[in-house]
Amino acid sequence: MILRLVPPLIVLLLAGPILAGLLMALLPAFGYLPALGGDSLSLAPWRQLFDQPGIWRSMAVSFASGLATTAVSLAIVLLFLAAASGSRLDRWIRRLVSPLLSLPHAAAAFGLAFLIAPSGLLLRLVSPGLTGWERPPDLLIVQDPWGLSLMAGLILKEVPFLLLMSLAALPQLDPQRRLAMARSLGYRPTLAWFKVVAPALYPLIRLPVYAVIAYASSVVDVALILGPTLPPVLSVSILQWFNDPDLDRRFLASAGAILQLGLTASALLTWWGLERLGAWLMRGWIARGGRRRGEVPLRLAGRGLILLTTLTAFVGLASLALNSVAAFWRFPEAWPQGLTLQHWLRVLPQLADPLASTALIALGATLLALVLVLAALENEQRIGHRPSRALWLLYLPLIVPQIAFLFGLVVVMEYLGTRPHHGLVIFGHLLFVLPYVYLSLAEAYRRLDPRWSQLARTLGASPGSLFWRVRLPLLLAPILTASAVGLAVSIGQYLPTQLLGAGRITTVTTEAVALAAGGNRRIIGVWALVQASLPLVGFTLAVGLPRLLWSHRRGMRDTL
Amino acid sequence: MTQTHHLALHDVSIALDGALLVALDARIGPGEVLTVMGPSGSGKSTLLAYLAGFLDEAFAASGQVILDGVAIQGLPAERRGIGLLFQDPLLFPHLSVADNLRFGLPRHRRDKRARVEAALAHLGLADFGDRDPATLSGGQKARVALMRLLLSEPRAVLLDEPFSKLDTQLRQEMRDWVFEHLREAGLPSLLVTHDHQDAEAAGGRLIELSV
Repeated sequence: MILRLVPPLIVLLLAGPILAGLLMALLPAFGYLPALGGDSLSLAPWRQLFDQPGIWRSMAVSFASGLATTAVSLAIVLLFLAAASGSRLDRWIRRLVSPLLSLPHAAAAFGLAFLIAPSGLLLRLVSPGLTGWERPPDLLIVQDPWGLSLMAGLILKEVPFLLLMSLAALPQLDPQRRLAMARSLGYRPTLAWFKVVAPALYPLIRLPVYAVIAYASSVVDVALILGPTLPPVLSVSILQWFNDPDLDRRFLASAGAILQLGLTASALLTWWGLERLGAWLMRGWIARGGRRRGEVPLRLAGRGLILLTTLTAFVGLASLALNSVAAFWRFPEAWPQGLTLQHWLRVLPQLADPLASTALIALGATLLALVLVLAALENEQRIGHRPSRALWLLYLPLIVPQIAFLFGLVVVMEYLGTRPHHGLVIFGHLLFVLPYVYLSLAEAYRRLDPRWSQLARTLGASPGSLFWRVRLPLLLAPILTASAVGLAVSIGQYLPTQLLGAGRITTVTTEAVALAAGGNRRIIGVWALVQASLPLVGFTLAVGLPRLLWSHRRGMRDTL
Repeated sequence: MTQTHHLALHDVSIALDGALLVALDARIGPGEVLTVMGPSGSGKSTLLAYLAGFLDEAFAASGQVILDGVAIQGLPAERRGIGLLFQDPLLFPHLSVADNLRFGLPRHRRDKRARVEAALAHLGLADFGDRDPATLSGGQKARVALMRLLLSEPRAVLLDEPFSKLDTQLRQEMRDWVFEHLREAGLPSLLVTHDHQDAEAAGGRLIELSV
């Protein structure tokens, strides 16, 4: 049966390129790459690497960014869940999670940059009234040497990610009953949540947390927009070395890639240690039995912080929009002197090609991922038990830093003589789209009432007809949502497009990120807004289509 | 539709981890209903899952299930010719009433539309074909569910407490209606229930399982 081959195929498809890519970074890292004249093993690339000016600082900022981003994002999410469950704020935030999650990292980063830059919206609002500044202050707020704005930009995106993962995991813990029990013992609600729900929730979101650490310690696109420049974070340095016209620098870049792998691994290891410490502290805190102290500050923090991140993301978006239509806009005026479509008209003719590429790649990768994921899940149903444990490899592309294996993969492709084309980029995107499509569809697929399939089969439906006529339509809404997630993931990808497309295939995202260096805010505003709105189209369809299709089927509306 | 079918269970026994759950030896003739009763945990639903072809791999079953002279215990569910009536009507929510009925019809039937229309007319739901099944009343849904099962031309029927979720008045009415149709179609049926009135209405033999 061909379906049975799908899970091994998925594992091969994900693990194969990653291992090949890592290997092809590992060999040149030790001087071995015959194509470039390196035919003996040496430590020269490593010596060169550690001679780079500012390398230690690069590493420190990458490492800190991985841990701090994750710690703050996780704290915001947990505090919110503890403080606001069941409130109006809760419902409001839940509705905003999906659109926020679909917002590409680059667009969020640009939004934040436009907000907090010395000539950004925030300072305009308080100048000259509070500050007395008549011209933008000479401060390095965006791209600060400590990577604080980089971390802030990442937090804007990781909070919705961790929140969605938590919301998906929570129902199986029956938090309401746990809370009711603790409150009947005299614990105030927020404290009760931390003491009886959080310890059970954390193990369920551990892998997503690790993915955030890996991502934040190795991100490229956000770092190009918000990260420090002299020196940049490690991942950006690696990309610069790799793109250096001096091909000998490939060895240096390879050593950097392996260093990045080690750095992310040690960030994960450190986190694991912190986890232990946290668990130990929690045990003591729970055992002491405090019921009231700290309730009010925790509650205020829980509500305040999530509001702050959500509002920042949205005001950032608004700021992108305003910039894209602003005519002359003098500092410190809070509103431009006029609105114009001139920037949009200027960009419009250049939009067509990148838009087409973006759509082609996103649709291709998502469709492939969807077929594979559906086949794997259907196979699981037919053989009647849970998938093989090898499927944890699905997380591999989310835990292994992109930069560490992607250009090893490019080396493999160069070696095989493959020219960059859309297919290659689609394949690269598939590595990241597939895990997310799988993660967002698997639960819904497994939770579908088994009686539907039993009923269909006793009525004589073959397994194939059962799939097409029963399971697929009943699961249409989650399938469309998973597709929208896949599209959003693909649309937001920067590095796979850039590396596997060898700079010759441009998407909306690569164009927008490339503009970061130029600093033309009006044009960036247009591109970032286009980038931000594309995934939204997918989510709108995913929400709207089932409602339209099932408008005469009341029983289907409960599944939406 | 009045053919004669025979269902026989030869020394069927189902065990989990070496512990015997159910042991049954029975013959059910055309139009007969065998009622199996027992408290929860007595293996009633395990027995149904085994007969219908959905038994979890964790269970070990032995014996033979003979339907019209053919051993079917090794066949996949869709080729056993055994229909299953659940506690809930389980009308497919994405299909219209008519399409739900049509889902039951075997693929090779030519006159699908006519059969569906005849079935609707028989139910007194002639104009309901295009309706959303969610808009039907509880009794209408239950009737459509049984009609869908009959249209699939099973050779035997399993009933899994099919009346337990109906209110008292409807329950009595549906019992008579369902058993009458099963008798008329000459189908051997196995009813699993914990309601003695179900057993009485079924009118056949009664087997009590114990834990």
